Order: sequence, then structure tokens, then C-alpha cells
Amino acid sequence: MDPVDAEIAKTQEERKIMEAALAPNSITFDTELYDGSNRFQDYNREIPANDDEENADAMDNEVARKLASYTAPRSLLNDMPRGGDDDESLGFKKSQRIIDREDDYRRRRLNQVISPERHDAFANGDKTPKPETRTYADIMREAALKREKEETLKVIARRKKEEEENKAAGKEREPAATQPSQKRRNRWDQNQDNSDAKKAKSGSDWDMPDSTPGIGRWDATPTPGRIGDATPSLSRKNRWDETPTPGRLADSDATPAGGATPGATPAGMAWDATPKLSGLATPTPKRQRSRWDETPATMGSATPGGATPAAAYTPGVTPVGGVELATPTPGAINLRGAITPEQYNLLRWEKDIEDRNRPLTDEELDTMFPQEGYKILEPPPSYVPIRTPARKLLATPTPLGTPLYSIPEENRGQHFDVPKEMPGGLPFMKPEDYQYFGALLNEEDEEELSPDEQKERKIMKLLLKVKNGTPPQRKTALRQLTDKARELGAGPLFNRILPLLMQPTLEDQERHLLVKVIDRVLYKLDELVRPYVHKILVVIEPLLIDEDYYARVEGREIISNLSKAAGLATMIAAMRPDIDNIDEYVRNTTARAFSVVASALGIPALLPFLKAVCQSKKSWQARHTGIKIVQQIAILIGCAVLPHLRSLVEIIEHGLNDENQKVRTITALSLAALAEAAAPYGIESFDSVLKPLWKGIRSHRGKVLAAFLKAIGFIIPLMDAIYASYYTKEVMVILIREFQSPDEEMKKIVLKVVKQCVSTEGVEADYIRSDILPEFFRNFWVRRMALDRRNYRQLVDTTVEIANKVGVPDIVGRIVEDLKDESEPYRRMVMETIEKVVANLGASDIDPRLEELLIDGILYAFQEQTSDDANVMLNGFGAVVNALGQRVKPYLPQICGTIKWRLNNKSAKVRQQAADLISRIAVVMKQCQEEQLMGHLGVVLYEYLGEEYPEVLGSILGALKAIVNVIGMTKMTPPIKDLLPRLTPILKNRHEKVQENCIDLVGRIADRGAEFVPAREWMRICFELLEMLKAHKKGIRRATVNTFGYIAKAIGPQDVLATLLNNLKVQERQNRVCTTVAIAIVAETCSPFTVLPALMNEYRVPELNVQNGVLKSLSFLFEYIGEMGKDYIYAVTPLLEDALMDRDLVHRQTAASAVKHMALGVAGLGCEDALVHLLNYVWPNIFETSPHVINAVMEAIEGMRVALGAAVVLNYCLQGLFHPARKVREVYWKIYNSLYIGAQDALVAAYPVLEDEGENVPKALCKGGSVVYMSCHLDDEEVGKSSTLITCSFPLETMNGV
Amino acid sequence: MQASDRFNINSQLEHLQAKYVGTGHADMNRFEWAVNIQRDSYASYVGHYPMLGYFAIAENESIGRERYNFMQKMLLPCGLPPEREDE
Repeated sequence: MDPVDAEIAKTQEERKIMEAALAPNSITFDTELYDGSNRFQDYNREIPANDDEENADAMDNEVARKLASYTAPRSLLNDMPRGGDDDESLGFKKSQRIIDREDDYRRRRLNQVISPERHDAFANGDKTPKPETRTYADIMREAALKREKEETLKVIARRKKEEEENKAAGKEREPAATQPSQKRRNRWDQNQDNSDAKKAKSGSDWDMPDSTPGIGRWDATPTPGRIGDATPSLSRKNRWDETPTPGRLADSDATPAGGATPGATPAGMAWDATPKLSGLATPTPKRQRSRWDETPATMGSATPGGATPAAAYTPGVTPVGGVELATPTPGAINLRGAITPEQYNLLRWEKDIEDRNRPLTDEELDTMFPQEGYKILEPPPSYVPIRTPARKLLATPTPLGTPLYSIPEENRGQHFDVPKEMPGGLPFMKPEDYQYFGALLNEEDEEELSPDEQKERKIMKLLLKVKNGTPPQRKTALRQLTDKARELGAGPLFNRILPLLMQPTLEDQERHLLVKVIDRVLYKLDELVRPYVHKILVVIEPLLIDEDYYARVEGREIISNLSKAAGLATMIAAMRPDIDNIDEYVRNTTARAFSVVASALGIPALLPFLKAVCQSKKSWQARHTGIKIVQQIAILIGCAVLPHLRSLVEIIEHGLNDENQKVRTITALSLAALAEAAAPYGIESFDSVLKPLWKGIRSHRGKVLAAFLKAIGFIIPLMDAIYASYYTKEVMVILIREFQSPDEEMKKIVLKVVKQCVSTEGVEADYIRSDILPEFFRNFWVRRMALDRRNYRQLVDTTVEIANKVGVPDIVGRIVEDLKDESEPYRRMVMETIEKVVANLGASDIDPRLEELLIDGILYAFQEQTSDDANVMLNGFGAVVNALGQRVKPYLPQICGTIKWRLNNKSAKVRQQAADLISRIAVVMKQCQEEQLMGHLGVVLYEYLGEEYPEVLGSILGALKAIVNVIGMTKMTPPIKDLLPRLTPILKNRHEKVQENCIDLVGRIADRGAEFVPAREWMRICFELLEMLKAHKKGIRRATVNTFGYIAKAIGPQDVLATLLNNLKVQERQNRVCTTVAIAIVAETCSPFTVLPALMNEYRVPELNVQNGVLKSLSFLFEYIGEMGKDYIYAVTPLLEDALMDRDLVHRQTAASAVKHMALGVAGLGCEDALVHLLNYVWPNIFETSPHVINAVMEAIEGMRVALGAAVVLNYCLQGLFHPARKVREVYWKIYNSLYIGAQDALVAAYPVLEDEGENVPKALCKGGSVVYMSCHLDDEEVGKSSTLITCSFPLETMNGV
Repeated sequence: MQASDRFNINSQLEHLQAKYVGTGHADMNRFEWAVNIQRDSYASYVGHYPMLGYFAIAENESIGRERYNFMQKMLLPCGLPPEREDE
């Protein structure tokens, strides 16, 4: 070894010398190039863990873009149409889970604990509750303790802080004195402190953060389960530290049911699982937890973030080993199921990486290096090994972890992607369901279970069916749950349902179904729900703040049903402790829930309670929540607060002077909500708060002031004119002061209040003009306001409202100059305001000078615009020109010049806008008698018909249409005969906008000026139009069909009809349908007799499509012509006869609907004979089962009821009402029922006389004497002979005396 | 109800029909229907004043009495319901 040592020493020596030699030289390096000290600073020190940001879009990376081959510009790439979400375009469904769309605040619902059931004072009467039941007193005591703890913690924290400040001050005096101890303490202090508690609590255990049992005492609650709690205190502490409001967790463990025997029963397990969810929110490493803590709930929820793979790691790393090693408790089974394939892969992959990167051991190094010539050196003293706790945690603790790569063993026992076959026809289970339904997989013999366990199992089965089953399964399961609710018992039911609703992976649909289950079960259980009210509320309350409207409605419904079932007293008892909960989330949801209770049980019932809460001396939180309840009531039930307005206001009014700022704020907001709900009534109820409000605005600042102003803003509109004016003047001083506030929220509220004040009756225009306007414009009409969208809106609205009071000139005069401002957003804001003001109030107040300025400004703004997506400039221009009317005449040449110039612009957008402007101002140009100018514009537009951008072409066509509409066909230039042939090829254009405008224009010409165009041209257009029947947009198809009518009118129906009838042969259904409509329209415009012969002749074509088309045309035709149908009904009857007897279903269906329209059209016009004849053909079809056919048949019969009278149809009906075959009876009763609903009174005259048949004979009938019978004839032959049929029968037994 | 019209308008239609008292169904017996018919008839007589007047003249009673009688008869127009065999 010596030689080796010597060699090493030598080498080290040499290196030292080299380094020493280099050291001074390094200065001579070109420092610009070799800046030795920090040349790595631009490098990434670590490989980014998430590779989404950096490399997501290679095109964004400058270098990558330059290196890449030629590609499309980035703007285009970014603009690539994607189907909404990226995932969807890839064929993946967007996540349906509720948790994925929730924000952090809403996610706090998962921190709530489903509280154990409570004592039901009503059920147990005067008996003393058993010690283990939780009574109201217990809960209140717990709540008080919790609050006290919170306060103590706060005090401790404050003292600690003070002390630290003192210490820091002290340290300055004697630096570096207590460094180490200080450091150690610091860690501890972030949570809770010691020094004072030490004195108070006498124990010194505070100083030992770990493994002291004493800490448990912090959590101690008077419930019995608490003592036995043996959770390692460290993990508890960790959780404590993360969440500033602890105690929830501790509580959950303290439940008598769960805490005492955690996990012994499945129910206990579920209990235990839930609180862990709260642990989840804080991704602390959970290494030290006991196995019980690691219920799959933790894992399931760890998945989304993947934040704590370590926690999920343990159970599933070696799926075979881990599970097999453990005793086969239900928990183990759960574990096996709960790990998802992705998780599994992730874990395996991670483990693999870990294994590869693990430091080499000495043995491995020995095997790698030769034995000779190497020596193990001491690490230099400066060396510190890397200690990354995270990595340590990730190290595999499993005994079976293989160090190197091993060929993954194929596990035939597990198929992760194939849902397991469920025993007993149960629906599939998702991995996260195993936790709740895993017990169903145990193939136990049901007989052996205790009745309670059987019940549990039954509930689980039914719930699983409701949650994951097919619709029929779900329906029956739901019904069973409902029917057996009382039998199964409230406790077991809710213990199963509610944890499911807290599942973090819940989806909307599942939640909806489960909520539905609760709703149904509530109805049945009624007062039995009492002990579970709070539990249910914990789960349902979050629905009230869900962003989905329907979820909110659902939540409201449940809570209102719950309060009806449990009664007010129970509801209050359940929710009272939450009112001053330390968690704001709980208070917020409780307030909302209370408002629902109020709307369900009536406000008066809740008033005394609310009054007490709002005056609570104990905590400001209670007052705050109480007042918030009032606010929520107002929002929820709107104007229905009016009867209770005064008492509600009285309850909360003292809050305006509360010592707590939050209470003052919420009081003002509640008053605002009440005033908004009550508007425009109820000012007298607010009398008592006016003074404090108006005094308040003088003494408050910031948020509170904003709330007060908001309340005032809503109250002023309720006042009488005089008072409104007085109070507005009072508040205006403050408002004007706050005009300058830099706070955005304040700005919005101020603008809103100004709007509300100004729109009130009593506020005079002069006052606004003199006192408000100058400051208003100085502070708000600035460029900055145009940049924020919401400010922009509010400012425009408020200004328009002011304009309604003070008139156009004042407002427009002030801002018209700004149309030439250099900021485009600002110009747009000005333009929008002017547009709205002028559209509201007209332009009659604008004097010539202002008019000039206005037109000038508008022209400037219009020309200078660079981007106008919302068409603000265009709309503004149109509105102003239309408002000015004839006064625009002098400016028209200038405007037209601008338009012409812009029509020739390079940018398509500009051309389009110019064309659009023409269509806006065409009417005004006509008013100004500028027809020559319009003709000129027409020619210009005509020349631009070669436009290639479809959007622009569409606008040009629209402009032409506007001109044609205004100046008429005869005066149009270019003449119609030139214009139309130019339009024919454009009809081929497939762009929607082009099609729509073009067909409108052609239709207009066909309507008004068909004679200017030769018939051949029209025929050509007819062919083009057929294509347009395929259009997607309904408007286009409708316009096309109408155009057919116009053209047919112009050139006679024959040719058009031939074209259309030929089109019936095409394959496309939509096309045929539109053709049939067109035929019907042609028939309507040109009288049916011109069309019917050809149409009926076409029926002879032996082709289904054609025949159906003909029938459909007939159907539409009779629908359109209505009464006119009486002349044609006899003509088409043979055809319909044939169709109604056809084998083809569609024939009969269509013919039946034709019969319906016919019958409805000719009702009361004396065609009964033909109709009865047709009814005889329709009637046999009543046994059809195809939904469309049976619908059509039933409607035809309904039509007959109208046309022939109910009695006739009743007589058809009577034969089958008591038919021996049920199928027949069913149909006949259906017809009877619709008859009954349609014409009940008319049936009285036609009811049959029921003869005496023994004991079921009506009394009146057997009461001897001269009962008058008029029999009804039901023989088949007579039904056939229509006219004799209407012989009615009266049950005239009451006329005995006659 | 057949599978075909479980999801179409017909099912809703039947639901709607079921809401009216006087409507019937396939399992209705003669007696139940007769009761409906009688009640409908009496209701119609009472509802149409001319009919009431007509009966009043025929039976030589006051109109009010007629109305009262009809209403009374609506209670059990066909006597007590017969015993049902199937129950």
C-alpha cells in the first residue's frame, strides 16, 4: 500500500501546485469570455420537473423556431381551430369531476367532517339522553372550546410575536448570543407557542415537540372517545401545523362511534376515512401514520396532484407481496383495488428510477474496480453529503424491492383496465368506489350475516346501482331505496350515502343521483332524519355555493325538504353551533342554508332566532352570520321579503354601528340586498337606517364606505322625489370625493351609485349639471377607464343614465371632442356612449355647431379605427346618421366619398365595414332624396361583386339589398335585368353569409321586380336554388323556399313545379323535405288547383321517396291553405285512401298527418262525409306501435274530434273500451282519455246508457219507472255509414218525472 | 307501456291524462266508468244554467233545489261500489 499512498500523495501535491500556478493566471483570462465566478449563472441548475411550460410550444422558442424548417407563422399556428378544449380534440373527454372545476375556497368543503348523529329531543321526550349521544349542549360546549382554543392560540401567537420583537431588540444589543436555541424554537413557534403556555399549563412538555403525549391534551374534548385516541402525536402535530384552524380533525376522531373502535366495523372505517381527506389538503409526508390512516381515500385523492406519491407508495409497490403479506382484512382488499393503473405505473417507474440512481454501495464498487492499485480515501472535511429529505422518503421500505431491473412479472390475477366482473349483476365499480363498496366483493354467504350487516349490504348494493348502474337498474334501485327507507333506517342509509358525497372524485352526474336519493329518502323518513340533520347539511351546504346553477337549485330543494321534515327547532339546533364557527367557509354556507330554511318555513318563524343571533354579545362572528342570513334571504326570495321588511331591517340595523368592521360592512350589504329586493316599495321600512347610513359615510373609509355607499345607492331609488333629491345631495359630497379613489372596486360602486341616484325622480337636471357633471367628467372620462372592461361598461351605463336626465347636448357636447382622441379604446368608449345616448334620446337637441363637430368626429373615428371587433364604430355611425335624419344631407357626399374610398381599401375588414355602413344609412339617404347618389353607390357595389372574401361579398350583397329596398326596382341602377344574371353564379357560393344575403336579394327581386328578368333566367335560378335547400342555416332554407313561391308566381307554376317534382327523387332527406315545403308554398301562392293535378299524378311513380314526398307536400299544402282545403278534399280523398292502406308505414303516417291538417282546416265547413270516410281508413292504424306513426294517427283522430265532434269519435271508441284483450283496451282508453280531455263537456250528451247488469248497476238506473233510453248504435255497418251515426244517447234517468 | 314509447311524447301524454279524474284506464270496470259518467253528467247539468232550468221545469222544482239534488247525487251516483272479486 505504501507505494500507492506515496503515489497518491504525489499526485495530490502536483495538482496543488498546478492549481496554485493557475490561480494568479486566471486573472489574465479574458474576463468577458471566461468569467470564472458566475459563468454558470445562466444555466439551469436543475432539470425542470414539469416539462409543460418550457417545451410545450416549440414555435414559441426563438431558437427552436429558427432551427426548425419553414413553417406557418405563429399567429396562424396559434389560431388553429381547436375543438374547444385540447383534450376533446384528441378524443378525450374533459374531466367530469366536480373537484377539478372547483376553486380553493369551494374545495374547503372537503375539510368538513360529517358530524356524528345527534340527540333528537322530540323523539326521546323527557328522558335523559344516554351519555354517549351528543346533545345540543355537548355540541355547543365543543364549539365553545374550539373557539376558545383558537383565541388562545391567537393570544399565544401575539405574545410570541411581541416577545420575538423584544428579543430582536435585545439581540441588537448583544448579537449572536442565543442563536442556536432561537433557531430550534422558531420551528416550533410557527404553530403554537410555548413560553406562555408553559407558565399557564405548568407542564414543560411544550419544549419537546415530538412524541410527547401531552399534546393530546390540547385536543381534548369532553367526549369519551377522545381519551382512547392513540394516534401518534407527531402526525397529528404536522397536520396541526399546516392548517391554521385545527380542531376539526381532532373532533372527528373524537366521535363515540368512530373514535372508540376505529375501523372495527365497516361503518367505522368509512368514518375514519373521511377526516383523512382533510389531511389531504395539506400534502405533508405521511410516513409515520398507522396503517389505519392510509385508507385508500388518501390515495385516491392523492392521485390528482400526484403530490404525495410516498403516501400511496406503501400499500401498492409490490402488489403481490404487499397484499399477500397482509392479513386479508377488508382493508387489504380495498387497498388492492384502490390503486389505479396509472398510479401503479407511476410508482413502478419511480421506484425503477430510484433504484438506478441510488448511490453505489461499497460492495458494488469493490466488484467494479480492480483490487490492486486503489485506495479508499477519507472524504475531505469540507464534504457534506446531500441530504434531501424527499428522496429519503421515497426510498423503498419494502422488503421485496429488487435492486436492479427485473422483468416485470405478468400478473394474471389483476387486470387493471378491465373492470372486474361484479357478483350478482352489480354494475362495475370504479377504483375509487372500492373503498365504499369493497365489502360487496367479499363472497360471503348472506345467510351468515347478522340482520344489520345484511341491511348494510342491501343499502350498499342499491347505492352502487344508483351510482353506477344503467338507467333501468338505477330506477328500480332508487324506487327500492325509497320504498324501504323506513325499514332500512335513517342511520344506516345516511352513513352510507353521505360519505359517498364527500368522495373527492365525485362527478356531477353521480352527485346529482345521490342527491336525488337523499331527496327521495327524506320524504319517506320524515321526522326520523332529525339526528342526521347536521350530517346532511355538511354534505349539502356546499351545493349552495356551487358554480353550477342546477346544483344550487338542487341543494336548495334538499335543504328546504329537510327543514320541512325535521322542523324548525331541529334545524336551528343543528345549525346554531356553525353560526359562529371559526371557519369562514362554514359560516358562509350556513348563512345560505339558513336563508333556504327561512324561505321554506316562512320568515316569521325564523325572526326571533335571527334577532337573537344578530344581537349576540358573545362573538362578532355570530352577528356577522346572522346579518348575512338576512342578506341571503333577500337575495333568495326577492320581493317576497316585503311583508317582513321592517322587522328584517330592525333586526340588523344596529349592525351599522357595530364595533367590528366586518359586521358593519355586511350590514350595509344586507341593507342593499333588502332594498334591491324590495324595489320600488318599502322605503318606510328603511327610515331607521337612513341616519346611521348617512352618518356612516362621513366617518368610514375604504371597504366599509363602499358597502355603505352601495346600500345608499339601492335605497335612494325607493324614496319619494323630495327626499331622494335631499339625500342625493347629502351623499353626493362623499361620492364626488370618492371620484378620485384609486381603488377599482370603489370606482365601480361609485359609478353605480351615481347611476342610481341620477335615475331617481327627485334629482333635478340642473343639480346634476352644476354639481356632478364637472367632477364626473374630470375624474372618469379619462383614457385609463377605457382599458378595464368592467369599468368601461359601468362608465358607459352611468353616462347614458345621466344623459337621460340632462339631455343629449350636455353629454355629447362634453365628449364629442374626444372622438378625435389619440387613444383608440377611449375613442371607442366615447363612440359607444354617443351611440346609446343618441339612440335613446334622438338628435333633435343637437344644435348645428355640435352636429358639425359630431359628424366630423365620427368620420375621424371611423376612418382612424384599426381594430373593431364589436362593430362599435359602425353601430355608432349608423345610430347618429339615423338620428340626424335629413340633417345629414349636407354631409352625405363626404360620407359617401369616405365609403367609396374605403370600399377600395386593401384590407378586407375595411371594405366589409364600408359595405355594412351603406346598408345602415340607406334609409337616411332616401330621406335626404339622394337617390342619384344611391344609384351611384349601387353601380360601385355592382362593380365589386367580384369580391373574393366571402365576408365582404356578403356585406356587399347586403348593401345592394338595402339600396334596392329603398329606391325600388324601377329606379335601381344598375338595372335589375343586369343585376340578376350577375347574382346567379353567386348563388353557388357555399359561404353562409353570402348565401343568406344573396338569396334575400334574389327573393326580393323575384317578389317585386320579376318582370324585369326573362323567364329563362328565373328557371336557371330555380335550379341553383335547389342546391340551397341543403344549407345548414334555417334562415337560408326558409328564404329559398319562399323564393320558389315568388318565382312560381312570376313565371307560372308549371315549370317550377316540374323542377321541384323531379327533385323529390333525390336521396337526401333534408333536400326532399325542403322540396315538399317548396311545392306546398308554390301551391299556396298559385292556388292549389294549378299544382294538385301534377302532384297527384306524381304519386303514380312507383317509388317510395316520391310517393312520400307527394304525401308530405299534401300535408304541408293543407296546413298552409287551411279553409281553402274544402274545395280539394274530395279530389285527394282517393289518393289518401290508397296511402292509408299502403303497406309502408311512412305512407300511412304521412297520410294521417295530411288527414289531420285537412280535418282541422275544414272543421265546420260541411265536409263531414269525406272526413268520416277518411276516419274509417285512419282508425285501423290505432294499433301501430312505431312512435311517429302512432303520433300521427292520434293527431289525425284529434283532428277528427274537432271536425266531426266528440260524439262521433266516442262512438268509434265505445266498441273497444271493454274489449277482452288488454292490448286493445289500452289503446281505446288512451283515445278515450284524449277525447275526454279535449271535449269533456261535449261527451255528456253522447255517453252511452249502461244497462243493469246485476249489482254494479247505478242506483238511478234501477229506480224503476219510465227510464228513458236512447240507445246508441255501435254496429260496424253503421259506423261505416257516416251520416246516420250521430244519434246521441242521453242518460236521462233524471227526467223521471217527464 | 311499450318500450318504444317510454321516452317519447306519448308517455308524457299518458301522464297528463292520468291527472284528470274522469279519465280511464284498461283495468277500469263498468262500475267505475259509470260513476265517472254520472258525475260528469251532473256536473255538466249544474254547470249549464239552461240545462238546469230545463230540468227544473220538467220536474216542477226550483232551480236551486235541482242544483242541490244534482250535487247530492254526485256523491254516490251509482250506489256503493260492488265487491271486487280479485281482492
